[in-house]
Amino acid sequence: MLTSIKTNEFAGNESKKLAMMYFRVAIILFGAQLLMGLIAAIQFLAPGFLFELFDFSVARMVHINALVVWMLYAMIGSVYYMLSDETGIETVHIGIGKLAFWVLTAAVTVVVLVYIFVQVGSGTEATIWLINEGREYLEAPRWADIGIVVVVLTFYWNVFATYMKGQKTGIMTVMVANLMALAGLYLAGMFFTDNISMDQYWWWWVIHLWVEATWEVFVGTLAAYALIKIIDAKREIVEMWLWIEVLMLFGSGILGLGHHYFWIGTPEYWWEIGALFSALEPVPLVAMFVHVLYDWGKEQGIAKAEGKPGSVMNNGPAMAWIVTNAFGNFLGAGIWGFFHTLPQVNIYTHGTQFTAAHGHLAFFGAYATILIGMMYMGIQGAYGIERMKATFKSKMAISLITFGVLGMTVALTIAGYEQVLVERADLGASWNAFFTAQNLPWYVQAQLWRTIMGVLTFVGFVYLVWDLLTIGKSKAD
Amino acid sequence: MANENKSVWVSISFWRRSAAWVTGFASILLIWLTFDTLGQISMGTDEDLKSGITKRVPGPTVINYHIDYKMSEKRGHEVPVIGEKELFFGKEWSKEEAAKLLHLGKLTSQAKNCMNCHTLLGNGAYYAPDLTKAWLDPAWQNGGPLQGITGKNTVEEAMAEFLQHPSRYPTHARMMPNLGITAEEAKGLVAFLKHMSSIDTNGFPRNFSQSADRIKGGTHAH
Repeated sequence: MLTSIKTNEFAGNESKKLAMMYFRVAIILFGAQLLMGLIAAIQFLAPGFLFELFDFSVARMVHINALVVWMLYAMIGSVYYMLSDETGIETVHIGIGKLAFWVLTAAVTVVVLVYIFVQVGSGTEATIWLINEGREYLEAPRWADIGIVVVVLTFYWNVFATYMKGQKTGIMTVMVANLMALAGLYLAGMFFTDNISMDQYWWWWVIHLWVEATWEVFVGTLAAYALIKIIDAKREIVEMWLWIEVLMLFGSGILGLGHHYFWIGTPEYWWEIGALFSALEPVPLVAMFVHVLYDWGKEQGIAKAEGKPGSVMNNGPAMAWIVTNAFGNFLGAGIWGFFHTLPQVNIYTHGTQFTAAHGHLAFFGAYATILIGMMYMGIQGAYGIERMKATFKSKMAISLITFGVLGMTVALTIAGYEQVLVERADLGASWNAFFTAQNLPWYVQAQLWRTIMGVLTFVGFVYLVWDLLTIGKSKAD
Repeated sequence: MANENKSVWVSISFWRRSAAWVTGFASILLIWLTFDTLGQISMGTDEDLKSGITKRVPGPTVINYHIDYKMSEKRGHEVPVIGEKELFFGKEWSKEEAAKLLHLGKLTSQAKNCMNCHTLLGNGAYYAPDLTKAWLDPAWQNGGPLQGITGKNTVEEAMAEFLQHPSRYPTHARMMPNLGITAEEAKGLVAFLKHMSSIDTNGFPRNFSQSADRIKGGTHAH
């Protein structure tokens, strides 16, 4: 991530340099996300902490927004990183790409400062335009919404033009089609309505269709690209799997949207549609998992048959994160999602710590892991390292972060379990039922463990940043 | 390669075409279902309410009526029941006034970022209670603790008072912060909450009124 000591600097490849700019902001925002998460976790245990100064609502808003934005940064970075390799040419409008980067970064900075220092406004349109929209994950004020759309369209146009001019690989075709859907869906969340059911209906078009459809396909294309680069997997096989994944991810994910339409005022037929398609959602995740391990094993076998010593893998830390992605995606999005996706269960679990448990493991397992993997690929490219091996710091980073997130997930699952039994099944979700459940020892202990595991995750993050700053230099020497 | 005698299962073009067809089919089905759902969840009108037509999301003038949440034997879960006329802040609101008040309330709920502590319709953060049926919550009814500490005589006045000075009336160590909610905004928020409690949420939250009966002070279990 350091610019001063690069030995290679991608041999003048401007798209890759641009990619690194995005990665740098992404890692900073990742840190901000973790810090805000820690504040929010402490507030569960000590409600007086920063009360009426920096309330839970503010910490939580910055926590989830930093998450979305760092992932978008890392995603854009990843696309720019692979663009020249896949198309065979340099990004066509690199200057505009850089301008868009600075505009986006300036806008994000202003939005975050307003979140932190202004926090809330009066009940007027002006608040929605200038401070925040108060719609979970889509809090960005409207001026920023419009700005983000312009920046994303600029990015998309740059990628599309490069794709049209260069060679059109299967990976790039999926990427371009998928990015169009991703950008277009944001528009579904940009209007105001007095009807909260209508509001939530369209809100899910952005949130679900991003996270459980387009982002998943996006991750598939990154995995495909990374496998080709890291273990020299055969393109034909990887691309065939990619199309199978697209088929299954969109086949289940688009109508899997139904599992968010059980209780928001929408008709009952969504029970069946949501149950069926969201139950299918883990299937492609299993496939992706099999795909990664199968390819890896096969390539190892080929290497052995050709008499090459050891592994053919050229980037240890990146590969470790990508394998974690396969496991994490399956476990977090697949298993933890399936836990409570059926309406018969969801009527009790909806809006409890179960959701938080699933959210933590799924976002980490499905997205954070592979995006960190892409950052390691960036470092490898920046320093021109032929074979990058994991350092002690790399290992500490991946084990502490993974263990920490798994620990948080288990703790939150226990909290959710207790909440479901006491607050929902027994007491029926009233004000009193809520606080009764929040006070029980199992719940409080679970929140304590969540906080401890959060601290562990943060230590892992420190190792990660340290490693990203040093691994390139030490390997290039 | 095209002439090679290989199975369709390892053919990239077969999977590409299948992916396109499945994606297209799922998208079209979603769009079709969306049209149907939007029709069903669009707000009802004042006339619907007057003639007793049930809508999944009633019009804003629902704030002029008594709302209850009762077990429906036919549907197997609880449903909102709109009852007799009932004054809201001591008056009956016209169509325009009610719409304006609900608009202010929904806007304020976003401006004050309610969703990053509470859940609405079960979505949001999990730091504070769900607000879906908050209007019907036993704590706010006559004899309930929240009506008691605010010293008010109606649900709407108690709620509005609490919203303006939340940290003055703590119910738990985890308190609601003072968000600078004005008297007018508080009225709007209460209208928004009352309106939300009239939305047919397919029985969510489960067992809500049953528990209200068990926890003393509940009014909506009969």
